[in-house]
Amino acid sequence: MIKQISVFLENKSGRLVRVATVLGEAEINIRGVSIADTSDFGILRLIVDQPDKAIKELKDKGIMATVTEVVAMEVPDTPGGLAKVLSFLEEAGINIEYLYSFIEKPTHNAIIMMRVERIDDAIAVLEKNNVPLVGSDRIYSF
Amino acid sequence: MQKDHLTAEERLLRQKNGLQQSIEHAYSNSPFYHQLFEKAGLKPEDFGKPEDFRSIPFTTKKDLRDAYPYGMAAVPLEQILRIHASSGTTGKPIVAGYTKRDLDDWADAVARICEMAGVTAGDIAQISFGYGLFTGGFGLHYGLERLGATVVPFSSGNTERQLSLMKDFRTTVLVSTPSFAIYMAEVARDMGFDPAEFGLRLGLFGGEPCSEAMREDIERQWQLKATVNYGLTEVVGPGISGECSERAGMHILEDIYYPEIIDPISGNVLKDGETGELVLTPLGKEGFPVLRYRTGDITRLIAEACPCGRTTRRMDYITGRSDDMIIIKGVNVFPSQIEEVLAGFREVSPHYLLVLHKQKGFIRDMEVQVELTPDGFTDRFKDLEALEGRIRTKLRSTLSLAPKIKLMEPKSLERTTGKAKRIIESEDQSLEQ
Repeated sequence: MIKQISVFLENKSGRLVRVATVLGEAEINIRGVSIADTSDFGILRLIVDQPDKAIKELKDKGIMATVTEVVAMEVPDTPGGLAKVLSFLEEAGINIEYLYSFIEKPTHNAIIMMRVERIDDAIAVLEKNNVPLVGSDRIYSF
Repeated sequence: MQKDHLTAEERLLRQKNGLQQSIEHAYSNSPFYHQLFEKAGLKPEDFGKPEDFRSIPFTTKKDLRDAYPYGMAAVPLEQILRIHASSGTTGKPIVAGYTKRDLDDWADAVARICEMAGVTAGDIAQISFGYGLFTGGFGLHYGLERLGATVVPFSSGNTERQLSLMKDFRTTVLVSTPSFAIYMAEVARDMGFDPAEFGLRLGLFGGEPCSEAMREDIERQWQLKATVNYGLTEVVGPGISGECSERAGMHILEDIYYPEIIDPISGNVLKDGETGELVLTPLGKEGFPVLRYRTGDITRLIAEACPCGRTTRRMDYITGRSDDMIIIKGVNVFPSQIEEVLAGFREVSPHYLLVLHKQKGFIRDMEVQVELTPDGFTDRFKDLEALEGRIRTKLRSTLSLAPKIKLMEPKSLERTTGKAKRIIESEDQSLEQ
C-alpha cells in the first residue's frame, strides 16, 4: 500500500503553487500528481518520496492535508492492458473510487495508482491474478 | 411572588395605570419626550385605551446616544444616585441614571428573577460579572441582597483566586456570563480540581446569549442547574425577564415592564407567538424614563400558561438582532441562526462568511462560506458533498431557505480581533438577462 497525500484546495489562484513550494523547500520530491475539482474546490493527490515528512510540512503551514492509502500496480503499456486488470476487480465486485497513472521511466510499464473501497480485498484479487503490485519502497525511492 | 400570578385583567389594569403615569411623567419632566410628543401632536390625555399607546413613536438606541450624557434625564441631577452606561463599542455610550426609587425597584425586580431561578436566602452567591458602569454586577448584587442571599462580590477576572475562594466559601450560586463559566471550569481543571466537586447548585447566566449546547456543557461540568436571564442598560439592566425552574422561556416582570413585539420593518405590533423585535416600556421609572424602547433583540412572546403557575408571559431566547436581519426571498434570516447551525457540525469551524448575491439591489441568493476542520476533510468528493448537503438541509429546516454552502480552507476567512465581519454583498451582473 502506498501513502498518498490529499490536499484540499480552494479554487483560487496561487493555491497549487503554494503547496508545490512548501514541498520543494522541504526537499520533497513529487513522484506522481493528480487534481480533481468541482466548481468550488479541488482535491490534489500526490505521491511523494517522503510522505510522513510531507504531511507534517503541509500541516505546519496550515494547509489541509490528509493521508490516504492507495494501491499501486504495474500495467503493461499496451492496448488492453488496463482493461484486463480492471476486469479482475470488476468480477470481484470491488468499486474503484478513482485512479491515475504515471509512466515509470526504465520499464515502459504504466504505474496505476488506485483508490478502492476494500483495499485488502483488492490486493488479494490482484495478487491472485498475478498483477504486479508496486511496493512503497520502489515508489518512494525511485 | 404575588405579582407573577396576576390574572390577565389585573395585569392589564396595572399596566394601563403604569403606562399612563409613565407617559405623564415623561411628557412633563423629560425635555426629550416633551419635544417628541409635541412633534407627533400628542398629549398625555390622548391615551385612554392601551391601543392609543401605539401612536407613541419608538425610542431607539440612536435617540439615547444623541442624548448623551444627560439628555434623557427627567429629574434634577441631584436626585440621581447612580449612573450606569453601556460599553459604547459602536459609538457614544448609552447612559442610564437611577433615582433612589429606581434603585429600589430595580433591586426588587432582580430579587424576583433570582427567586424564580431557585435562589433562596440560604444561598451563597458569587457574582463574577464585572462591577462598574456595566449594570450586571451591581444589578445582581443588590437583587440578591434584597432576596437575603449571601453575596460574594468577586467581579470578573482573577480566575484562579476566584476559584479558590469559591471552593473555600462553599459558594452555591454562580452569577456570570456563560462563556466565563465555561472558562472557569477549564481553569479549575488546570488547577487540578473537578468543577463538579465545588458544590455549586445554581448558575444564573446573562450578559450574552447562551446556546443550549453551552448550557448543557456548563451543567455537565459544574453539576448545577443553569438558568438564563435578560436585561439591558437602556431599560434598567438585568431584572427584566428570567427563567423559572421549568426553563421554557424567560418570564417577563409584566407589572414593571410593558412588552411589545413589532415587525422590525413596518413597526406594526405583532401578536403573541409571532417573532419580531422586542419593544419595552418600563413602568414608573423616574430617572431616565424611556417609552417604547426598541431593544433590537428578536424574540417572541409566549402567552400559554407555564407549568410553574406564574401567569406572566414569557419571552423566548433571543434569536438575533434586528439590525443584523437579512431578508432573502421574503424570509427573515439572522446570522446568529446560521452560526448556531454551524456550531452543530464538528467538520466545520465557527468562522463563516455570508455572501449575499444581489441583483438590482435585491438579494437573490445567499452563500455560506465555511472553513473545513481536519475532522471534516476527507479524500472523497462524495463525503465533502454529503457534508455540504447535510449543512444545507439543517439550514433549510432552521431558516426555511437553503443557501449554497462553500467549503473553504482553514484560516482562509478573515480574522479580526474586534467584531467579525460576517456579511459581504456581491452584485451579480451575470444573472441579469
